[in-house]
Amino acid sequence: MSERFSVLWLQSGGCGGCSMSLLNAESPDLYTTLELAGIELLWHPSLSEASNDDFIALLDRIRRGEQALDALCLEGSVMRGPNGSGRFHMLAGTGRPMMEWIRDLAEKARYTLAIGTCAAYGGIPMASENPGEACGLQYEGGNAGGLLNARWLSPGGLPVVNVAGCPTHPDWVTDTLMQLAMGELSEAELDELRRPRSYTNHLVHHGCTRNEFYEFKASAEQASDQGCMMEHLGCLGTQAHADCNRRPWNGEGSCIRGGFACINCTAPAFEEPGHPFTETPKIAGIPIGLPTDMPKAWFVALASLSKAATPQRLRDNAVADHIVVPPNTDRRKGGK
Amino acid sequence: MGAPDAKRRVIGPFNRVEGDLEVEIEIADGRIAGAWVNSPLYRGFEQILVGKDPRDALTITPRICGICSVSQSVAAATALADVQGIDMAPNGRLATNLILACENMADHLSHFYLFFMPDFARDGYRRHAWHAATAARFAAQTGSASRDMLPARADFLHITGLLAGKWPHSLALQPGGTTRAVEPRERLRLQAIIRGFRRFLEQTLFDDTLEAVAALADGDALDAWAAAHAASDFGRFLALADALQLATLGRAGDRFLSYGAYAGDDGQRLFAAGTWDDGSAALQPQAITEDISHSWLHAQREPRHPYQGSTLPDADAPGGYSWCKAPRYAGRVFEVGALARQQVDGHALIRDLVATHGGNVRNRVVARVLELARVVPVMEQWVGRLRSGEPFCLHGELPDEGQGAGMVEAARGSLGHWLQVRNGRILNYQIVAPTTWNFSPRDAQATPGALEQALQGTQVDENGKDTLAIQHIVRSFDPCMVCTVH
Repeated sequence: MSERFSVLWLQSGGCGGCSMSLLNAESPDLYTTLELAGIELLWHPSLSEASNDDFIALLDRIRRGEQALDALCLEGSVMRGPNGSGRFHMLAGTGRPMMEWIRDLAEKARYTLAIGTCAAYGGIPMASENPGEACGLQYEGGNAGGLLNARWLSPGGLPVVNVAGCPTHPDWVTDTLMQLAMGELSEAELDELRRPRSYTNHLVHHGCTRNEFYEFKASAEQASDQGCMMEHLGCLGTQAHADCNRRPWNGEGSCIRGGFACINCTAPAFEEPGHPFTETPKIAGIPIGLPTDMPKAWFVALASLSKAATPQRLRDNAVADHIVVPPNTDRRKGGK
Repeated sequence: MGAPDAKRRVIGPFNRVEGDLEVEIEIADGRIAGAWVNSPLYRGFEQILVGKDPRDALTITPRICGICSVSQSVAAATALADVQGIDMAPNGRLATNLILACENMADHLSHFYLFFMPDFARDGYRRHAWHAATAARFAAQTGSASRDMLPARADFLHITGLLAGKWPHSLALQPGGTTRAVEPRERLRLQAIIRGFRRFLEQTLFDDTLEAVAALADGDALDAWAAAHAASDFGRFLALADALQLATLGRAGDRFLSYGAYAGDDGQRLFAAGTWDDGSAALQPQAITEDISHSWLHAQREPRHPYQGSTLPDADAPGGYSWCKAPRYAGRVFEVGALARQQVDGHALIRDLVATHGGNVRNRVVARVLELARVVPVMEQWVGRLRSGEPFCLHGELPDEGQGAGMVEAARGSLGHWLQVRNGRILNYQIVAPTTWNFSPRDAQATPGALEQALQGTQVDENGKDTLAIQHIVRSFDPCMVCTVH
């Protein structure tokens, strides 16, 4: 295939953070990655030269079918308000609600991608009373059917591909575009929430640097403590689908490595956990959420057993912000 | 309104600004006779925050904006600290400064290379002798500069990977400091990252040391520097600015405002807070109001201080032409951003440039680049003062009732959060962002906002749409539209 795989990137009710994150792509940099994968950014709001009429003319050519488009990427929620009018986001220079442009262009693009949790499921703008009447491209929170109906398929035969995350990891986006460009993304490669399995077959827990604290239920009690954040500080890493701790962010980072809870930002409705984000809801002192696929009775039993076995080193380090007791180096001594 | 032969034109969307922007201009006698700036996206963050646990602002407000994310976090954390009456651990203050400076410097770099310079590569300038070389260096996506700059930016943002988990959207920034203590070996990594970034700036942007650039003391010194460093990217900009007379473009009201940037342990800030209106004055936060007479919002009679402000959208509000409110200081229009920050701080070069030509397209870019030269060496010092083993975060109880403000400087200017807590929940949360100031609509006295003033009088072609001067003026403010209306 000599033709380049063309991408049109639009932004609506989001923050632009997925684009900023995309620019963090490394080894090689974003432009080199795309170029060597045969991917052409027809237009991107932060990166392209064309503005004003040139851009609107491009949209019109695609809408009329005069210019082929391989992938439409939407970043940000679809803004349907007020009262379903779409006037909360009129595309500048066109006098037309953005949601109408998106619907038209999705009918023409071979594939449509929701970049980030806003475009996928509605995301942060849906929090509280959802004042903007925000929704995702093909979901409204966890319910299938958003701007596009639940059974909608793109001309290329796929539902909207939800590259969810708040923001998305740059590799999640470039991997997915590369898979599409190579013709290697089938529906089987998407999970139940239509996210690419390339990153959602893992849990954030995988590769967590606090694993030893988790094993022994040595818990952090307040922000900047080093212990496991599941028991008190709202961490959902054992439930969140993403490979953040296997494929770090900005060099060697991740939310948990940065010292704060995973808030499961790749999931629908993460924006309304029903409790403060950094506080674990509990019943009778036991966290409500369980690690994925773990039977409750076993979790409770294992937790109490491992709490009884917690080495003093982990108890002390869990509630400090730096190592106060290093691991023992004398092989003959056991743990205290 | 306007002269009988006046024509109205709508220009937009502008790309290479963060978010969506539309400008309507009225053309008379080949010049812009009036401009109306519209921020066409409304999401409702201030409505979303009401009723939440106050700590949730730390998760929600950074997601207002993916390019000023840390600035939003620091403003929220500062407002919460004000409510709690707590201070930061010294390490936490240094780490907060490092994370915020990293975002701000990365934003300055992105603005220069990705948003601003590509306009000089456009076909509209093809007839100029300098066009071919400029396009080879700065054309959007294909220019050689982007291949140099993207890896330097990504490497530099590793500071956020170490100190804040990731960028954008971190929860590491807390009222009492940061969540991530630094181990001794990580101090070395931070130092190496900043030195690597310094090398990129000194070799590619400046072809000179940061200290030499920061020491430029007046316009003549800058001109001499430009002649001697013509092959550097900043030198190329200065030559283009001369060729296109960018110093005569985009002058607004020459009133400047800064909340002051990068707190020290002694309560002093690296860059001073204050205002400039034909002379400097102390900042009076109570003089800040927002007017909504030309906004698509439910009417309120008088402009209000943010503590009394409200945000209720009304797409049919009479007189409205933008979702943006009109912030005013003592009832007047003020410009914010790197130029305002350096003018208020009293940097000799900026004071001299502003005295000569006021705020304009060239000076706004110069001030932004100057900040790279001034801040990166200070980042090296901050890393040197981190003390492993000492606390990074202090803790306090959140009272059930109270109010607090968080006033910080984002790359593109002054950002304020005003928070009121009742019964342990958010009663009101008002945000005034940098581009809310700069791209505000008219107020009740019909006084145009800073960009509206800056566009006025600009020479344009017949329909205004091919006039690159408009593009330069708009982008010289480094606008962030997703912050503007939230």
